[in-house]
Amino acid sequence: MRIKNHPILEFNKGNKITFFLDGKEIEGYDDEPIAVSLYASGIKTLSYSLKYHKPRGLFCCIGNCSSCLMKVDGEPNVRTCVKRARQGMIVETDRLVKND
Amino acid sequence: MIKETDVVIIGGGPAGLSAAIALGQTDLKVLLLERDPFLGGQLVKQTHMFFGSREEYAGVRGFEIGNLLSESVKKFNNIEISFDTTACGYYNEEDMLLAVHNDEELIRIKFKKVIVATGASERALLFENNDLPGIYGAGAVQTLMNLYGVLPGKEVVMVGSGNIGLIISYQLVQAGAKVKAIVEAAPKVGGYFVHAAKASRLGIPIYTKTTVKRAFGKNELEGVEIISLDKDWNEIPGTERKIDCDTLCLAVGLSPLTELLWQFGCKMRYIPELGGHIPIRDGNLMTTNKDVYIAGDVASIEEATSAMLEGTIAAVSVSESLNFASQKLLELRDNAFKKLFDLRNGPTGEKILSGIKKLEEE
Amino acid sequence: MYEEKGYLELEELKERIPAEERLKKGPVAIIECIQEIPCNPCQSACNRGAIKEFKKIVDLPLIDFEKCNGCGVCIAQCPGLAIFVVWEDYSDSHALVKIPYEFIPLPEIGKEYDVLNRKGEIVGRGEVIKIQSLKTNPKTKIIWIKVPKELCMEARNIKVVDEE
Repeated sequence: MRIKNHPILEFNKGNKITFFLDGKEIEGYDDEPIAVSLYASGIKTLSYSLKYHKPRGLFCCIGNCSSCLMKVDGEPNVRTCVKRARQGMIVETDRLVKND
Repeated sequence: MIKETDVVIIGGGPAGLSAAIALGQTDLKVLLLERDPFLGGQLVKQTHMFFGSREEYAGVRGFEIGNLLSESVKKFNNIEISFDTTACGYYNEEDMLLAVHNDEELIRIKFKKVIVATGASERALLFENNDLPGIYGAGAVQTLMNLYGVLPGKEVVMVGSGNIGLIISYQLVQAGAKVKAIVEAAPKVGGYFVHAAKASRLGIPIYTKTTVKRAFGKNELEGVEIISLDKDWNEIPGTERKIDCDTLCLAVGLSPLTELLWQFGCKMRYIPELGGHIPIRDGNLMTTNKDVYIAGDVASIEEATSAMLEGTIAAVSVSESLNFASQKLLELRDNAFKKLFDLRNGPTGEKILSGIKKLEEE
Repeated sequence: MYEEKGYLELEELKERIPAEERLKKGPVAIIECIQEIPCNPCQSACNRGAIKEFKKIVDLPLIDFEKCNGCGVCIAQCPGLAIFVVWEDYSDSHALVKIPYEFIPLPEIGKEYDVLNRKGEIVGRGEVIKIQSLKTNPKTKIIWIKVPKELCMEARNIKVVDEE
């Protein structure tokens, strides 16, 4: 949910863009990370755990914890909490790559 | 690409920025590495007015302090700032620091001295279903709402009554969320009383001697079960109660981000009062590797004001070691030492002081 | 005990509250800050020098109640939002309380709202008389609330319901 008014802050967002999550079009801004655009759209599940397929979402949202990894434009294990969204980006859940 | 510089500062938060501002007053060549596309570190999400002394920006809102420090650094010609750049390794065979710019370009940096100001990361808490979407480090929620203007949920339970838990609870209400409870395992509220008072008069109950037993929800968080603790911190059976919520914030402490320091070969010691494994350092914030200095939360979990003062101290000490410290800079460092002493000279500074004392013991 | 509860009971504030004669004379500031933390911007917040100078940064703030005229300029400068102004004899039946406020929507002047105590419990109703936004810190508003006299030491917050 996007905050419309705030008692202290003003949110000056960048340019509106759209990207794709598992084929579905998502609205975002070019100066916010992919996961933030997803959360603003109400999508909180970013991936599923490798063994038990438990839903995973953001934890640290600052690039430290690896809870937000998704496949972005073909590249696996991208930290979507820091990677900025771009027009036409292709983002996929459930495409984590296991390190053997 | 190979870059050569005199001093590398790793981290553009309050400690790194203050170090840069001090080094800007020398003729040394400085490279500041910042992994985000902006400067300020944790300051960028702080909407509350800062404590401390007026000279150290007390009364100014955190994000405004971040702006002021960033603007100051950009004025110095001898400071190069590399954004979107993560320092990722040090290999002593090559004696070079490795960094990655924009996720694609590898930069190898030759340097004389380095100031590590990488800050800290949030801890998690162990309980059943602690990986459900909707359970965050409290800082994550703060990033979402204060930096990006996104509220991840409407009904929140906060775990931890240290300053972070108390402040973020208040900020959640400012952003339009409802905080149903603050849960604290210890018998006392951990943070400053005035922060707790702000939350209390909003009607947010603070349950001390209470912890989270488990979270529940099908695909996302729907609620938590909390339980009371006895004086030995054991769960008291029969005291479980449920709170419906879609957001659980864990504000249960920070751990210094010390990976690079291990790589630099710095001697480390486990000191819980300072946040965990931290590098042994002298009074000038030099580690056991004479070319490596530290400042801010990576040195000890404290606050932005102490981070700023430590950044100044480390920077002047680095300048001194390279014979570039003017009288003015040495006085700046003396002043910073005095202010750091004053800051810690009360009941709230006792924990840090006892931790620092342990560093000096054999 | 405030450290266990997270709010103060009135007895724990005894030393910070001025004497009855001073309370009756006119508005006066009360700083509900009882813990030694490193924080001192209040000492330079008063134009009349009514907040005594600190010796150490962790000192508790002390007000010279004779110098204080209850103007409230200090309210928006306390980072802990711990300063309130109380005017016990605002009228025969009512007191005036000035509180710091950092939420939206702001209340409307002339309207009545629930007032809350330090614990966040609703203790009565109060009418908003004035909303100030000072140059020193415009985002921390100072709200003047007229409350029944017996609430002057209790009313420390106001509840504005978002009509949306």
